[in-house]
Amino acid sequence: MSIRVRLLFSHDGFTLAANFKAPKKGITAVFGPSGSGKTTLMRCIAGLEGKAKGEVVVADEVWLNEKICLPAHKRSVGFVFQEAHLFSHLNVRENLRFGYKRLAQAKKRMQMDAIVELLRLTPLLHRKTTSLSGGERQRVAIGRALLTSPQLLLMDEPLSALDYASRREIYPFLERLAQTLEIPIFYITHQVDEVVRLADHLVLMKHGKVEKYGALTDLLVDPDFSLAQSEEASCVVDAVVDSYDSAFGLCYLNFAAGRLTVVQDQLEIGTKVRLQILARDVSITLEKQMNTSILNSFPAKVISLTDEGAARVLVQLDASGVVILARVTRKSAGILGLRIGLPVFAQVKSMALMGGGVLN
Amino acid sequence: MTIQDGLALLTTLKLAMVSTVWLLVLGTPLAWWLAQTESKFKPWIQSIVSLPLVLPPTVIGFYLLLALGKQGVISSWMNRSLAFTFSGLVVGSVIYSMPFVVQPLQNCFSTIGKTPLEVAATLRANRWDAFWHVMFPLARPGFITAAVLGFAHTVGEFGIVLMIGGNIPGETRVLSVAIYEHVEALAYGQAHVLAGVLVLLSFLLLAWVYGLQQPKSASS
Repeated sequence: MSIRVRLLFSHDGFTLAANFKAPKKGITAVFGPSGSGKTTLMRCIAGLEGKAKGEVVVADEVWLNEKICLPAHKRSVGFVFQEAHLFSHLNVRENLRFGYKRLAQAKKRMQMDAIVELLRLTPLLHRKTTSLSGGERQRVAIGRALLTSPQLLLMDEPLSALDYASRREIYPFLERLAQTLEIPIFYITHQVDEVVRLADHLVLMKHGKVEKYGALTDLLVDPDFSLAQSEEASCVVDAVVDSYDSAFGLCYLNFAAGRLTVVQDQLEIGTKVRLQILARDVSITLEKQMNTSILNSFPAKVISLTDEGAARVLVQLDASGVVILARVTRKSAGILGLRIGLPVFAQVKSMALMGGGVLN
Repeated sequence: MTIQDGLALLTTLKLAMVSTVWLLVLGTPLAWWLAQTESKFKPWIQSIVSLPLVLPPTVIGFYLLLALGKQGVISSWMNRSLAFTFSGLVVGSVIYSMPFVVQPLQNCFSTIGKTPLEVAATLRANRWDAFWHVMFPLARPGFITAAVLGFAHTVGEFGIVLMIGGNIPGETRVLSVAIYEHVEALAYGQAHVLAGVLVLLSFLLLAWVYGLQQPKSASS
């Protein structure tokens, strides 16, 4: 954990009181309903709210504490806003160079060519910003922020202003960013699918406070967490492509608890992928079922049982260290005699392959 | 056109140009402050800046005459009387034309908003840098409008000039005063020449400015 944030900021009757740590690698999703203070949190971290008090330490650099308060332009931060906010008096290339040319030579860790290549910006370089599509604009904005070689990249719902097609266009770039660059990213979103798809870590915001933070795989399956209580309760599993069965059009993946079979076009062997498994798609049996159409079944242990109203129970299962959620009826839980510590088999009816790694 | 009238034309252009420079130098930070501030003094300052819009020029001229005269505030501060001098005219013009410069600039700054500056700040630009390299180019149309309005308004000024400038050839005798004199003397021919020159100059100035703005706005 190398990013430390403790902030207190009041404005117009709204108070932000945030306190969390985040790792120096990967994407940390800042998740919460509108009005929970996500954007304010980002602005305070970036130094755009001069009256914020507290502590912000990023990669051993103090941006804010009792004595120091660096102005925004002295913080090594990249900020991608909801809208691209490209400078309309400059073309794409000049926009990209705006922050880059203001850096001392020694601090230029990102180079023009590499970023232009990463974000596929070559054909846009000499275009006017006004002639770009929404997706292209946001890609330029991301490139412009990255070229300041930031120690932390803040993204405030960068895709919310885009249509579905443009979002689909940008996701692979974001995933590549996280994989290839050693820059931690704070990513604001209020969409569950974006969290599950992109994030490694999670900061959960509510009413101006950080409710919880930690690894995505832990928080998703936390029964106290609002996501686990929702209809979309799910867990994510990171797996590696093992082989492809062309006869059936199936992919075999390895993960901590064994092997998974998914319907998927051929993927390169060794590719890392992320799978989302919805709690409602997981069923529980006491013995390994032989005569079943379900291909994915693995041994697990019951960790916890949480009643959800009169009819349903949310069951946390431990499959060799991977926590999986299953949602079953209270009646079945009674019939099976589910209790903490009971060894069972988890059967997964279906799972969704998230974007991670597909592009490589 | 007589030499006298030519001199009046030159004095007018010189006055308008010097005043416009001062208007932009003083009006820009003022408009900037007004566009950004949440200070409770804002309505007061704004009202003072806008006073010349509602007051008769003779009222402003009268107070300026007092301030610029031998015992006046501005004169004792400057250590010399500015009444009936070119500098005095510049002071008067700047005050009189200030709202015509501040208002378009303030509107322009407000429309652009603080976001481009915040973006610039996250791209390592300090306040000055951000103003010069982001706000200034983005506010270009506002600056052009402000400069043209300030210039034109100074050229057309009459009441204040009459009160504080007098009619000293080559120093304070400007076009509007010269025309007034010709008309009073029933020298309509000479008045026609000067008035015609003023119309033509104003037209050319406006056409040049709008032409300047044309290609930019068409392509953006």
